[in-house]
Amino acid sequence: MIDTFMQKKYLQFIALLVVFILLAQTIGPADNNLLWRLPPLISAFPLWINDSIGYLMFEWWPIDVYDPDIEEFEEKPLVSQVTRMMSGFILFMIEFIREIMLGGAKTIVAFSGWDWATANPWAKLPGLPWTVVAGGATILGYSLGGRGLALLVGLSTTYIAVFGQWEPAMQTLSFVLVAAPVSVFIGLMFGIWAFRSKTVENILNPLLNMAQIIPHFSYLIPVMVFFGIGDHAGAIATVIFATPPMVRLTLLGLKKLGPEVAESGMMSGCNNWQLLTKVLVPTARRDILIGVNQVIMQCLAMVVLASLIGAKGLGIDLLIALNGLKIGVATEIGICIVLIAIVLDRMSLAWANQQTDYFSNLSFVEKHKYSLLFAALFVVALILAYVGQFIFPEGFNYLYIVPHNKGISIAPLLQFGVDWIWDTFFFTLKGFNEWLILSVLMPVKSAYLGTPVVAVFTLVMGVGLIVGGIRVALTVGSFLLFIALTEWWDRAMITAYLMSVSVIVSGLIGIVAGTLCAQNAKSTRFILTYCDTFQTFPSFIYLIPVMMLFGITDTAVIIAIIVYASIPALRYTVEGLLSVPETLQDAGTMAGVSRVQRWLSIELPMSFPHIALGLNQTVVFALSMVIIGAMIGTDDLGQLILGSLSDRNGVGNGLILGVCVACIGLAIDQILRTWANQRKQALGLN
Amino acid sequence: MSLQNATSSTNEPVIRCESVYKIFGDNAESLLKKSNGAVDAAKFKEAGCIVGVNNASFDIHAGELLIIMGLSGSGKSTLLRCISRLTDATAGKIIIEGEDILQMDNKQLIELRRNKMGMVFQNFALLPHKTVLENIAFPLQVKGMSTSDSIERAVEMVNLVDLTGREDYYPRQLSGGQQQRVGIARSLAIEPDIWFLDEPFSALDPLIRKEMQDEFLRLQSTLHKTILFVTHDFDEALRLADRIAIMKDGIIEQLDTPANIVLNPATEYVRKFTEEVPREKVLKIGSVMDAACSENLMSELSVNTNAIIETEAEAILNSSAPVRVVDDEGQTVGSITAAKIVHVLFGDHAASHSETTS
Repeated sequence: MIDTFMQKKYLQFIALLVVFILLAQTIGPADNNLLWRLPPLISAFPLWINDSIGYLMFEWWPIDVYDPDIEEFEEKPLVSQVTRMMSGFILFMIEFIREIMLGGAKTIVAFSGWDWATANPWAKLPGLPWTVVAGGATILGYSLGGRGLALLVGLSTTYIAVFGQWEPAMQTLSFVLVAAPVSVFIGLMFGIWAFRSKTVENILNPLLNMAQIIPHFSYLIPVMVFFGIGDHAGAIATVIFATPPMVRLTLLGLKKLGPEVAESGMMSGCNNWQLLTKVLVPTARRDILIGVNQVIMQCLAMVVLASLIGAKGLGIDLLIALNGLKIGVATEIGICIVLIAIVLDRMSLAWANQQTDYFSNLSFVEKHKYSLLFAALFVVALILAYVGQFIFPEGFNYLYIVPHNKGISIAPLLQFGVDWIWDTFFFTLKGFNEWLILSVLMPVKSAYLGTPVVAVFTLVMGVGLIVGGIRVALTVGSFLLFIALTEWWDRAMITAYLMSVSVIVSGLIGIVAGTLCAQNAKSTRFILTYCDTFQTFPSFIYLIPVMMLFGITDTAVIIAIIVYASIPALRYTVEGLLSVPETLQDAGTMAGVSRVQRWLSIELPMSFPHIALGLNQTVVFALSMVIIGAMIGTDDLGQLILGSLSDRNGVGNGLILGVCVACIGLAIDQILRTWANQRKQALGLN
Repeated sequence: MSLQNATSSTNEPVIRCESVYKIFGDNAESLLKKSNGAVDAAKFKEAGCIVGVNNASFDIHAGELLIIMGLSGSGKSTLLRCISRLTDATAGKIIIEGEDILQMDNKQLIELRRNKMGMVFQNFALLPHKTVLENIAFPLQVKGMSTSDSIERAVEMVNLVDLTGREDYYPRQLSGGQQQRVGIARSLAIEPDIWFLDEPFSALDPLIRKEMQDEFLRLQSTLHKTILFVTHDFDEALRLADRIAIMKDGIIEQLDTPANIVLNPATEYVRKFTEEVPREKVLKIGSVMDAACSENLMSELSVNTNAIIETEAEAILNSSAPVRVVDDEGQTVGSITAAKIVHVLFGDHAASHSETTS
């Protein structure tokens, strides 16, 4: 009897469920009952963080700094001076790139001072005509990925210019062009360091896990405190967020190489530096460039959020449009962001996959055809811009620069469409909305809030125990304990409710649709392209259509999460099913399985570990969207984080709230990953 | 003077290993000290250590081709990596041209590799982002040689390994055999004295492997490098080696010439390898001949001492008198009879058979 119970996991799960329900039913709300809620023992944590950061910034290690205004040395704390220097440098880089694109005087001012620049009004960077940038990007696209990519790049850049979004787009780009290389550089360094030293790897690993799951908002607050507000702060927050995948992929790429490559380098007589720069890094080129691609994507995902701490560009425009519920304008800007994302994604991927091929001796023209093409384009574009002065004698020279909001706009048209949808489907949408909120979401939410803390611990730790044994149970337990001891348990339960409802729906959609699509090659290709495309959309973009349809409600948030989070579930299901070995399929066919039998007894078990990892990703995606949902208006942890953004002493709160969100994600990650690994081992898939 | 140098260099081994141990594991060194040199693999395993190389001692002389043969996990590649110091041996001395490389610092080691060592790898380990020429020139450029000089030298090497016309290909555009030719050319580019080959032909198809072995013999007949060659293929070892070291569980079971290994296997383990070997294809006349008998007894026929039995067997078996064995200069060095040939090819089997039945 006990033996069967120990062996059959489903019996254990049933028992666990019974215990959970009993606990949930018997323990009622009571303020001083420890089984109901734990006391907020660590509520002082945020205050300590605030105090120590304040001390670090404003008191620790004063140094003498020369102040040119009062011509005297003054005592100032070291950290704030360092961060000021970093800010200044990054801001200068952003402005410099921005002025190459758009023109301006700040770069020259930085070297000469305001007085001189005002006295010499000619002294400023002229800015490139938009035709040069667009054409140059198109040529680059052609050289990397052929005609198709060139067409995509050409059309996208033209769209951005024609629709009058050129200026904000270049502002956004200039900050991506600074943040991305910095992230790549830092990521590369840490990746290499972790490759060379096991200790560093062991230290970095949990930090990277944490960094990827802590919500974007939480990074913004400390960055704001240390670096102030502006483009540089946005860039720094972006760097912090975009670096972890670079570290990971660098490490992965280097580890994949196998010992022989390094040995061949050593036997060729390389010293450590040569080994790294001439052998290891170039050989791991593809994975490292995929890392670069990831960095660019993360940068674009931060575009909107970085504008919360002062980054200029498309992000802030989008934010303003959404706040004013101008869906038409928001859509137009959103399309620009998506186009930039897709273009940069495809270009960097093409770069990663590029392989040089053998061509016998090329002529000079052949070898340098792209550079020559660009030179020709440059000259032609300059002439056009010059001629443009005469074509558009009054107003704007459209061949040189299309000013902000002076291009074509279809925003009124879009707005009209939105209004029409509102008017026509008002009752349908409203009905659906009310039904969902009243009969599904509210009951689930109150069930989550009405569960005593001890029941939640029992359920989660019980699952951990059954799946992975005592160690996993204790790990997830400690994650929960952290949340329970803060004062935000209820908020965390709301986050968990939003996340779990949408993960269940996304998971179902992903597994069912993924299975259906994996049935033939054409639909497989379609669904993978769909995933590729939608994955490049910065998460914020998903809020535009749902807000349009459902306004500021939980429904809107949940639907945005479901759409966003079903992408990994879909992708991993399809990939998992495709990875079932051919021979196994043949063996099944020869055993005479039916379609359903094949799915149930071959494909699903074999691809299960992969699908479980997909669900893990789904949870991560869902969590990040739940938090971003705060922009629409939720009442969970995300809303509090957003709130602490505008709070002078919000650092501590913001960080601890972020860690709470991470704890939810990490607990689920721990369980799913253990499970997937066990299945993998059992199936011999390692 | 030069003659003296030559003799002294032949007396002094190029590589000398003295009681080399390589043991993987955290507390390997303390365990080794406690065991006083008598390492028992099973006991070490209980303590969480894995014995890679167990008390290896041997010399390799200039121009000699020593093959380390063993099955996977026998420690043969580990031993090679200890000698090239890609891994650090746990204990012992590895003396290369009079210097203990285990005492060398990183800088000396790099110098040694840049000037004296070349290595070929099982899976080629070419740099995917460099062309054939650039791959071959790589060790030279790492040394600091100018691009034009190194490329000039690389072109010579390309011709040496018969890849002319593919200088600007990338590794992935080449077949396995061609890639290994690049690997060989790269390892020889710096004109090393010592040449390490780690299962160089194991990743190739059988036909290509044979072709590459021939190519290898051709190269060695002109270059006369001191070679340490690792393989798991006994036939390959017999075909190429001057001497063979057979390893099992980190221990060198027998180190001898191919003929002696086939004729006198030292252990049961070695004997199992030799059982299936077609002796007529492996043994040379010189390794089985008797001393020269009196001039008038020998037939008019003569065979070369370096010929393998297979090619001369018919002539010897058809001759009623002992056949004269001569060296390359035509000097008589011994004689061989039909009966001896029959005994060598078939006698042992009969003997071992009667042993087992009695």
